[in-house]
Amino acid sequence: MKLSENELHAYVDDRLDAESRRAVDAHLAQAPEDAARVAAYREQNAALHAAFDPVLDEPVPDRLRRSDAGRRATSGVAVAAGWLALGAIIGWFANSLLTDRAHALMSFSRQAALAHAVYSPEVRHPVEVGAAEQEHLVNWLSKRVGAKLRAPVLTAEGYELVGGRLLPGESGAVAQFMYQDGKGKRLTLYVSRLGGKQRDTAFRFSQEDKVSVFYWIDGPLGYALSGELPKADLLNVATTVYKQINP
Amino acid sequence: MNPERIAEHIPRLRRYARALAGDQHAADDLVQDTLERAINKRHLWRPDSDLRAWLFAIMHNVFVNQLRSRQAHPEDALDDDALPAVAPTDGARLEIRDLQTALALLPPQQREVVLLVGLEQLTYAEASHTLGIPIGTVMSRLFRGRERLRLLVTGAPPVPALKIVK
Repeated sequence: MKLSENELHAYVDDRLDAESRRAVDAHLAQAPEDAARVAAYREQNAALHAAFDPVLDEPVPDRLRRSDAGRRATSGVAVAAGWLALGAIIGWFANSLLTDRAHALMSFSRQAALAHAVYSPEVRHPVEVGAAEQEHLVNWLSKRVGAKLRAPVLTAEGYELVGGRLLPGESGAVAQFMYQDGKGKRLTLYVSRLGGKQRDTAFRFSQEDKVSVFYWIDGPLGYALSGELPKADLLNVATTVYKQINP
Repeated sequence: MNPERIAEHIPRLRRYARALAGDQHAADDLVQDTLERAINKRHLWRPDSDLRAWLFAIMHNVFVNQLRSRQAHPEDALDDDALPAVAPTDGARLEIRDLQTALALLPPQQREVVLLVGLEQLTYAEASHTLGIPIGTVMSRLFRGRERLRLLVTGAPPVPALKIVK
């Protein structure tokens, strides 16, 4: 009997019915080369499982969990993540019902505030890439967001760059830069490409719980600066950010 | 579609991506892009179809696009640590016993089929559907991929693409 490649692989993958399997068994008993290949291919499958099955048990990184918006709240951060998820779901529904530009912008500032609420309390992992690798950080986020980004320098306002991270947004990847003052108070700058045609806007202000947000559109990008500080102080920083992006 | 249903598939998407892309960071980028696209295109998913197969098909498209953009911008194609760590032993024979290194040396099209069938245990028909290619093509990529992997792992014959110049 001559064994076809199709049969040999179907045998390896256990896709044959009982009768065909017996026929292949009989063939392999007298065809050592084919038998060696079957054994090698089966070992490959086993080795693939041995090498990669442990990934199934790894904790899913935050950045992937936020993409799916389906987490249950268990810890403080998870509560905030759940809140973010709920916001994202509401955002989706709102988005499908209200395509109006004003609502899209409101949803943008809301997401920025939620992302601030989730990450700014983080002690150990506030950012994915730290300020020490600023050039890499900015290049990476620019590449993922699809636009040339800059991390403004807010030293004069008392804030130093902590670093940044990538987040999923409604129209693709979003960059979040985090800053911190000497007392550990944090600001986040949330930058996203906005879908569709947008006109530049003036500063707008919104308040989500304790988080104040100034947000605006500049060219293809939307910016939102969030922090738990008085409106006037935040406006001062937002003005600096705007000026540095538009020198 | 309930996004929570997508979330159930994240571990398996990550497993496949890790084997496909090599290092963890590139793999999770692939998963993240896949999830973003799935969420953006969730209205295209038919409720009576297999969600996992749909997600794998999206990941395939994202992966192909990434390969294309790497070819267009070779300068930022690979980080140093993404290159397979292959050192010819004694300058004579290429011995590769590490499965991941061998996988990285497979052409991406063969790697996809070997992984979808061998690791993710898709049927040949499902793999054909996921990759958008005929079953005959799935089979021929599977034959070539498995055989090449076997030769790479046993280290026996020289890799045809590498010629030793004396």
